[in-house]
Amino acid sequence: MTLEFFTISLLNGVSYGLLLFMLSSGLTLIFSMMGVLNFAHTSFYMLGAYFGYMLSGVIGFWPALLIAPLLVGVLGAVFERYSLRKVHKYGHVPELLVTFGLSYLILEVVQLVWGRSAVPYALPAALQGPLFTLYGTQFPKSRSFIMLLALLMLLAVWLVLTRTRIGLVIQAALKKPEMVEALGHNVPRVFMLVFGGGCALAGLAGVIGGNTYMTEPSMAMSVGSIIFVVVVVGGLGSLAGAFLASLLIGIVQTFAVALDYSWASLLNSMGMNLTPDSFGWPVLSLTISQMAPILPYLFLVLMLIFRPKGLMGTRED
Amino acid sequence: MSAATPYALELRDLRKSFGKTEIIRGANLAVQAGERVAIIGPNGAGKSTLFNLISGRFAPTSGDVLLHGQSINGKEPYEINRLGLSRSFQITNIFPKLSVFENLRCGVLWSMGYRYTFLRFLSRMDAVNERAKQLMEQIGLQKKRDELAVNLTYAEQRALEIGITIAGGADVILLDEPTAGMSNSETRRFIQLIREVTEGKTLLTVEHDMGVVFGLADKIAVVVYGEVIAFDTPENVRANARVQEAYLGSAVADEQAALH
Amino acid sequence: MSAILHPQIRNETMPVAGQAAMNVPDYYRFKPWNVGRVIVWGVFALLLIAAPHVFTSSLALTMLSQMGYAIIICLSYNILLGQGGMLSFGHAVYTGLGSFIAIHAMNRAAGGHLPIPVWLIPIVGGLAGMFFAALLGWVTTRKSGTTFAMITLGVGELVASMALMFPGFFGGEGGITTDRVYGPTFFGADFGPGIQVYYLIAFYCFVCTALMFAFTATPLGRMLNAVRDNPERVAFVGYSTQRVRYMGFIIAGFFAGIGGGLAAINFEIVTAMDSVSIIRSGTYLLFTFLGGATFFFGPIIGGVLLVLATVFLSEITKAWMLYLGLVFLFMVMYAPGGIAGLIMMNLRLAKYGKLGRIFGAYLALLGTGLAMVVGFAALVEMLYHLQLNSGLGSELRFMGTTLNVHSVDSWVGAGLIFLTGLGLFELVRRQYMRQWGEIQEEIEHDIQRRESV
Repeated sequence: MTLEFFTISLLNGVSYGLLLFMLSSGLTLIFSMMGVLNFAHTSFYMLGAYFGYMLSGVIGFWPALLIAPLLVGVLGAVFERYSLRKVHKYGHVPELLVTFGLSYLILEVVQLVWGRSAVPYALPAALQGPLFTLYGTQFPKSRSFIMLLALLMLLAVWLVLTRTRIGLVIQAALKKPEMVEALGHNVPRVFMLVFGGGCALAGLAGVIGGNTYMTEPSMAMSVGSIIFVVVVVGGLGSLAGAFLASLLIGIVQTFAVALDYSWASLLNSMGMNLTPDSFGWPVLSLTISQMAPILPYLFLVLMLIFRPKGLMGTRED
Repeated sequence: MSAATPYALELRDLRKSFGKTEIIRGANLAVQAGERVAIIGPNGAGKSTLFNLISGRFAPTSGDVLLHGQSINGKEPYEINRLGLSRSFQITNIFPKLSVFENLRCGVLWSMGYRYTFLRFLSRMDAVNERAKQLMEQIGLQKKRDELAVNLTYAEQRALEIGITIAGGADVILLDEPTAGMSNSETRRFIQLIREVTEGKTLLTVEHDMGVVFGLADKIAVVVYGEVIAFDTPENVRANARVQEAYLGSAVADEQAALH
Repeated sequence: MSAILHPQIRNETMPVAGQAAMNVPDYYRFKPWNVGRVIVWGVFALLLIAAPHVFTSSLALTMLSQMGYAIIICLSYNILLGQGGMLSFGHAVYTGLGSFIAIHAMNRAAGGHLPIPVWLIPIVGGLAGMFFAALLGWVTTRKSGTTFAMITLGVGELVASMALMFPGFFGGEGGITTDRVYGPTFFGADFGPGIQVYYLIAFYCFVCTALMFAFTATPLGRMLNAVRDNPERVAFVGYSTQRVRYMGFIIAGFFAGIGGGLAAINFEIVTAMDSVSIIRSGTYLLFTFLGGATFFFGPIIGGVLLVLATVFLSEITKAWMLYLGLVFLFMVMYAPGGIAGLIMMNLRLAKYGKLGRIFGAYLALLGTGLAMVVGFAALVEMLYHLQLNSGLGSELRFMGTTLNVHSVDSWVGAGLIFLTGLGLFELVRRQYMRQWGEIQEEIEHDIQRRESV
């Protein structure tokens, strides 16, 4: 493990982790506020990527960076108003089901409009190429931009929540929606705003994630389950927890993919002589890189066994 | 009561903090078996928190809760229930999609020795069904036997809640504001019901209605700021200067005036 | 009105109007219903036996076989969802692992290492499902509600991702294959022909359905319902909520494994991509909910629909998943009781003799709804054709007529039909809701009148 490998992997891991955080923060906000787990959250991420792709071709990337999330946010708000609100009275399970149905639908519509294979959503000229070259390996501008955007977004959300009037209303509605409504605030509208806002954040992540990574119909599902793991590992309802968990999982997965050690190689280097005929070879010979896909889920299971409320979970029902 | 027989329920210097805030600040209480105790106190004094500590929803930060002389600190609610303590809730806590009869039957199952069995049919368990029927008649809901619990009136649901609470044969019963939201006549009938079904058991109720308190309770415990500042017969509590100052004050005077 | 939103659970003591007035001892109450029950189960058995003789094509036989174990799987899923209030996104793990263990067992048995005949293999699958449910379920049931759902998703992905790591067990991309014809015959049947497999599946279907129905009438089954309704209260009647959930989870896993085992026998191949995927879990969820999670027989409808949609509908149109998603969405919003819920609501009307009144409204809804759906479907099919089949020219056949995706006529025509249908449907729907409300009030009055007698 060279210093070069370590640093580059760390940077890659952090940028991926911050992307995960952009997604999981929106999910956590919506969940804290409305108790709804938005199964379709990463579908809005996907929409952001596709809208970004579509708009980039017409008005350029930088305007698209602004407009695409807004479009996604509006869609989210419309969904909340006309669909989610209707099932609110049935409880949390139907709410989850309705967002599940929506994710199904969005996937189908995306495939209908843009096809089933990846679309060539390219980086704008300003973001192509390396930001700097470290020990001979390049660190791309696009990934640094993700990190920058994620941090700016976090700052902006924090400012809005704590410094603006609407932010205070939102915080209050988080704890006591009926009281806030009694005080004259339009709480359903606040919910709609928060849901739309959360979706817009997901869309923003999509606009920049789509051309840094791949834009294809399976992107929602593949990152979706990891986001849920992040949210549970971080502790349901905790933004700080989501931040920690995102970085943790992002870094660990990035490192894991590059490591080719296995229990067998370790034991063999210690003098044992394991061969394909040895007992347990299939498990022992698994390299860390082969295990990389399941690491987040392994985290989840371990966390649930040893610390069920998550890294920074609040007292939950 | 000899010193050898333990109290039915005892709190020893019970403390509970949530974060930095200490809600229960050294509560002491010793309730003998068969006593009816009303817990009163101003809002926010910690009465519900006390109940939650006793019933196992929270674990105490320090101090002890003893049930029949045995410490139940940190035990799970279902463990405490199996040791003979049951409670009702301020907000009605029944099984909404089950019928009245089913509700009561669920309350009876464990105490009659049926654990997690899935190899026997409920309809064939004569003893269970008989007991559930008895309870139904005791709380006066036999006409609504097959009605879904969610469809009952408020007072009926509260009665059902009491039914489920006593179904398991617990001998220490905690009732959290049982008559909340009831009209005067409903309250009178309900208190009568409570008196009947908790005959011979140890009863603790949180109550705000002074008429109920003085009518039902053998002893009153006054909780203020997380401490029990008085625990005595109603007459003595009424006369207690500290209590009057903290809580009863004008309410008692009105009560006296209304009674005479 | 609330009675509609909370339909009754089928249990031993279904109410009969006026029976409260009769002086019948409670524990004899179920006897008068015995005749009805025998009839229902008898009809069910009859349907299972007669179905392949009514639908005789080989496609029909394939579908019937698949329906047989789809019913078992959806019923097992409903032990979690409808009875226990546990929303799982990872049920395919237990059906899939059941399939894999079953198929490995078949291969071992064919090789002479394991003396298990084919017709006992589903039990092997069931035991496998039970084993894994016990293993993974302890961690999974530590939480409830949305957290539980996410845990099942995570565990599901865990198992699905492991598939590539252990090619020996999961068979990699190609999966594991087997031959179900091995060993001694069963009274002359070697289970090679499809019809014999069907009857094996039908037998298990009947037995498992009966067992799962019986489960709902046991203490554990009832306490599972109680946990769904009010977990906090359950602790105060002496039960450990987690333990109840855990045991329910294991039992659901058992039946899921049986379903998986039957699938392995039916197809003679199991692939990880298909059997333990999250998509498959989502399918079980979708169709169980569609069939109706609040009544015992709902998932039976769900299982039938599952096969009809995935085998039949997918052949007719490429847009079937879009339609499915929309139907599901509207079901959740407007009919959360599923199809079973809708049936029961209308049966309730019939019981009070009021079904005839609303029949007209139903016909109107059907007519306008049909127009709306046909118009919508035409538009969707043309869109799909544009996107996916542009190489095949601009014409496509739709319900007997030919549409041209490049002609304005087709688009405008379809659009008009859709919009008119939509508008009329909305009008009729308002009328229907008004009528429905009136009838509900009348029924409430009837009930109160009878009670006071």
